[in-house]
Order: sequence, then C-alpha cells, then structure tokens
Amino acid sequence: MKTKRSMVLVSNDPASQKKGASKVFDQFTKELASFNLTDEISLSMVSDIDREDIAPFVIVYPEAVIYGPVTPDDVHHLVEEHLYKGRIAADLKAPTKELTGHISWIADRKGTMPAEQRIVLERAGEIDPDSIEEYVIHDGYTALGKALTEMTPQQVIDELKDSNLRGRGGAGFPTGTKWGFVATAKGDKKYVICNADESEPGTFKDRLILEGDPHSILEAMAIAAYAVGANEGYIYVRGEYNLAQTRLMNAIQQAKELGFLGENIFGTGFSFDLHIHAGAGAYICGEETALIESIEGKRGEPRPRPPYPTTNGLWDKPTLVNNVETLANVAPIIRNGASWFKSFGNASSAGTKVYTILGDVNVTGLIEVPMGITLREVITIYAKGMKNGRKLKLAQTGGSSGSIIPAELQDVPMDYDSFAKAGVAMGSGALLICSEDTCVVDLAKVLLNFFRFESCGKCNPCRIGNQRAYQILTKISEGLGSPKDLDDLENISKWLYEMSNCGLGQTAGSPLKDIIHHFKDEVVAHINDKECPAGVCAMSGTMPAMN
Amino acid sequence: MAINTKQDRDFVKTADEAVDMYHAKKEELIPILMKVNQDLGYIPKAAMEHISSRLHVPQSHLYSVASFYRMFFTEQTGRHVIKFCESAPCHVAGGREVFEALQEQLSISPGSTSDDGKWTLITTSCLGVCAVGPVMMVDEDIYGNLTPEQLPDILAKYE
Repeated sequence: MKTKRSMVLVSNDPASQKKGASKVFDQFTKELASFNLTDEISLSMVSDIDREDIAPFVIVYPEAVIYGPVTPDDVHHLVEEHLYKGRIAADLKAPTKELTGHISWIADRKGTMPAEQRIVLERAGEIDPDSIEEYVIHDGYTALGKALTEMTPQQVIDELKDSNLRGRGGAGFPTGTKWGFVATAKGDKKYVICNADESEPGTFKDRLILEGDPHSILEAMAIAAYAVGANEGYIYVRGEYNLAQTRLMNAIQQAKELGFLGENIFGTGFSFDLHIHAGAGAYICGEETALIESIEGKRGEPRPRPPYPTTNGLWDKPTLVNNVETLANVAPIIRNGASWFKSFGNASSAGTKVYTILGDVNVTGLIEVPMGITLREVITIYAKGMKNGRKLKLAQTGGSSGSIIPAELQDVPMDYDSFAKAGVAMGSGALLICSEDTCVVDLAKVLLNFFRFESCGKCNPCRIGNQRAYQILTKISEGLGSPKDLDDLENISKWLYEMSNCGLGQTAGSPLKDIIHHFKDEVVAHINDKECPAGVCAMSGTMPAMN
Repeated sequence: MAINTKQDRDFVKTADEAVDMYHAKKEELIPILMKVNQDLGYIPKAAMEHISSRLHVPQSHLYSVASFYRMFFTEQTGRHVIKFCESAPCHVAGGREVFEALQEQLSISPGSTSDDGKWTLITTSCLGVCAVGPVMMVDEDIYGNLTPEQLPDILAKYE
C-alpha cells in the first residue's frame, strides 16, 4: 500500500467542540483538496488531550508540531506553509507543553512516519513460490546452513530468546522459551508442528506467507527441529487452503531433492522429514491440542492442559507447535542476529506484525509494520480513512475471539504490553474496522453464532454457554429483551472464561464482555426502549425459529 | 453387511482405493475420509462400513470423526455445493443482504438440498479471503465482493 506522508489531527474534546473544532476540520478538508494534497495527507479527529488552553488545536505529524488555538481562517495559511511548502507556521504554534493521554506516543516517535517493514513477507510476491532456486538466490536456506554448521542447538535457542520473538498465533508466548521447554523435555522422539490451520475470521496472513514463500516455513521448521532435537515434523494446513497445500507439497519435494530436507542435511548427520496434514474444516483445530488429536486421526477435541504439548504432544511425545507467522521470523533472526530483529518494533515487542485490515475503510488488505503502531495510524494512513466519511465506532482485533476496541482507544500502541495494560488482546492480527452504522448487538450475535457452531461440544460451559448467549442476543435484537438478559449475558461471558476447558471457550465471551463494558447504553436501548439506535436489528417482536 | 447393489460395490471400491493409498493406517483416517468425500461428494454408509473393517476401527468412531469435520458430508449433497461465509468481516461488508437474496433465489434454507438435487446450501466460517467480502464458494470457485444483483448470473453458470 502507498502510505501518506503526513498526518493532521484536529482536537475534538468538548472544549474544542464548543470553540468550533468541526468548522476547523471542514476547512482542512477543503484546503487539502484545493492544494491537491488529499492523497498525501491524512486527516482525523482526536480527543482526550488535556490542552483546553489552546482549544481547538491541530497536531501535524511526523514533525509533532502543535498549533493552537486555530480558527477556520487560519487553516489556509497553515496548509500552505506547513503542508504545501514544508515550513513550520511559527505564528500559529502553541506554547510548548508535554502531550498527555492516549496521543502521547506521538512525541516519542517524532520525525518518523510509520512505514511498512517487511520481514516475514519480504519475498512474498517477489519470488516464484514454486521455484526453490529463486528462494536460494534470495538468501534461502542460509540460516539453516548457519544453524547446522556454526551453532549448537542451545545457541539457536539462545538467539531466539534474545530476539524477544513472541508467538504470532495470538497468545504471544515467548518463542525461544517454548523451544527451550521442548529441547529439555525427556524423550528420544520429538516432533515439530507448524500450525497453519488459520481459521480466525478476518485473518489470512498465514495463507499469504504459505502461498508466497513456502520454503521459509520449511527452513524454519528444520532449524526448530535441530534446536529441539526432533527429526520429524508436520504442517497442519487448513483444508480449504488448496493452493497453499499444493505449493507446500511442491516445496517439500524440491527441498528433499536438493538435500535441505531428508537424511544427513548439509552433511552434518542431522535428518529431518516433513509431512503435510490437511485439515477437514474445524475452527477448533487451530487450538494446539485439538490439532494434535486431529493429526492422530481423531475428532479435534482439545486435551486438558497440563500436561502441555511441550512434554506430552503428538503420540504423547514432546512436541513444538508454532504458528506460521512465528516461524517465518526464525530464518531472518538466525541470519541477521537478535539485535537486528530488536531494532524493529518497540521495547516491549520486537519485530513486525502482519495485520489484515477489513471493514468500513477505503482500502482493505494486508500490511506488515513494526510492532507498536496505533489503530489510528492504520486507519488514517494505510486504510486511507473511513469509508464514505463515516465515523469510527469500534474495531475488533484478532478475529472473532478478539477484543472490541472503542474509538476512544484508537491511540493505544499495538504491542503486547500496551494492549495488555488496556485490557485488549493482540490476537491473530485481524483488524475489523466498524463505522457508526454497526450495531453492537447485531455484531455480538454474529460472533456468538460463529462460536456456537465451532464449539467442539466437549465441555458444557462452551457448548451451552455460546448457544444460550446467542439465543438471548437474538431475543434482544427482536425487541423481546428483558433487563435480566444483560446480567445473564455478563454471567455467561464470565463463566465461559472461568470454566471452559480450552482457549476457544475461554475467549468466546470476550467480545461480548467488551461490548457490554463499552456500549452498555446501546444494549440497554434495545432492551428498555425496544429500539436499535443504529437501525440494524429487526426488532420484529417475534422470535425466529432457531436450530 | 451384505453388499447388494452395484452402487454399494462402487462405494466399496472407492473406499478400498482410499485405504490402499494411505497403506491402511489408522492414523490416516482423516485423509482417507477426505479422499472418499472428494471422489463421491459424500461418505456413504457402505464406504464407511468398509473402511471400518479394513482399519479395524469401530463404525461409531468413524461416524464421530466424519460428522465432526465440516468438509465431510455423511448425506448425499446436491450437484453443486454453495458455501456462504457468515463470519463477522463478511457480515459487516453486507453479507446478510446477499445471503437472504441467495436463499430466496434457491428457495432453500441453509443446511438443505434443493428438491431437484441441484444445490446444497451451507454456511461456512471464514474462507480467508476477507478483503473482498462478502464471499461465497460454489464447488471450488470463490466469488467475492458479492451483491444481491450478481447472484442470478453466478448461479446460471452451473448446470
């Protein structure tokens, strides 16, 4: 995606609104158009900044200059000077004072505009995925060579630990630590599994990695096998991903012919054999113990944990399970070193993250950016703003089980620690952006409908809880809600979290919990006033037939 | 079980081929079922019984596996299977209107097969092509950026 070169933020707190912030905003829209800058400059509103003294004010980023107070008449001058001619309009500059609130990250990153940074998608789209020669020309299998000939297994694990790489499948567990667990687990037979059962709605990053650069996964798995002491591996690919399966099979064949897989790799005595197992359509098989059951030819029902797969995994042997995107980072880290990797992202989260951007925005698609950029940047810079000029209402991160982020939290840096502090789950990297036309009850209904079908049915809280929550939400959306429903929904989301056996059930209730927390008034309007404020729900007064 | 009809014998032959392809290994049950499902469009009872005896796995276990995974069918499907994505990204992009129009045009509800045996309509979770939602799959063909108006032309392509 082509990115924008500057970002303009107009304050939108109550004080600014009173003093005509929206007129300033409208004037910016006009002036940017008349200078022909609309494609280069992003424009959005920002609230929660404690600077009433200069309201309404304007922040121009990446220079992080604050102008204020700004009147509509100042806008022409400001656009011409700063954005067109590129010099700071000193006469309008606000008195210097530290920025606080959600937007404070801007000061830290002064002078840098977020740019796409490709590590895991470096070769995708650039090379022919069916040609091992092209992969080799682009540094392919050099990391495996380095690991096998110059490093001990422990050194490989230490490098991974030092890089701070964390699992990109959703949970964010430190990858090097997990490798260490498997390496020290007792047993002569161990397995390495790549979890490519990408089924989280809105996520298709793994598909693009597998289809665009299949050898990078093979190379990473061979390195992982060497590090943990395994000689056999499986790639569990989602059944619906036909092209990815074909390309992986071809890649394995080629790698065997050239000696990067199979017996005595690089003449070191290390051997590694790799199989592909195609899924047969079950979201739950993305859960690692369900995935293992499925490889063993059984229903994909999660096992109780502990014991964890790192000690008792496939065929009860120590097993390493890593997500595709996690593995795609391994060869670059071994090749370039841990400190190179840590130069991307921020202190809490190293490297990049692949996001899929969806929903009510002008440009949907996939980006790989350093960890720690904000939702606002994603929407205004990469997605080119909200569709039809609508306002952002909420975003859901990480697929169906991810968190619901209200517009107020769009300036929280997207990294593991900042998200954890704000009570948000990073998840798989899907960003579903919803405008004010979205009804939260309707959205919750769609999500719960998904979970009631995808629950494997093994444990009661998940099997019954999701079904019951869906029924209640349907009732509310038809105008038949009662005040008790809200309590029931809150309890169900809590019980799902507390009592379910696996991650599916534990997280199924989290979007529901977030919706009730951030948008309670809207749910209550459905129940008490029999009214859907967004005008989406049918409110028919009759309960539809349900299966 | 007594094998009575020619159709049953064909089913058993397909099952045999699938079992042989994976060297009659129990742990390859899912790929074996996948092969039969691909060749026949579903997994008939006769095939299931035969796989059970060849792998020495109880029929109950086979049925429990076959009915667990969404891509396996235990009943005969229509000539064409339509999978409509009902996950949130497609829903937000206008999927509901398209799905209602689709049910109307096919005159069937999700999970059922039309009387003439032409169509089976099922809902599916995310197909991984969310950037072009709403999305549906007809057999192996994916259609994205769907609107209700496009449906008649798409359906007319299939005999």
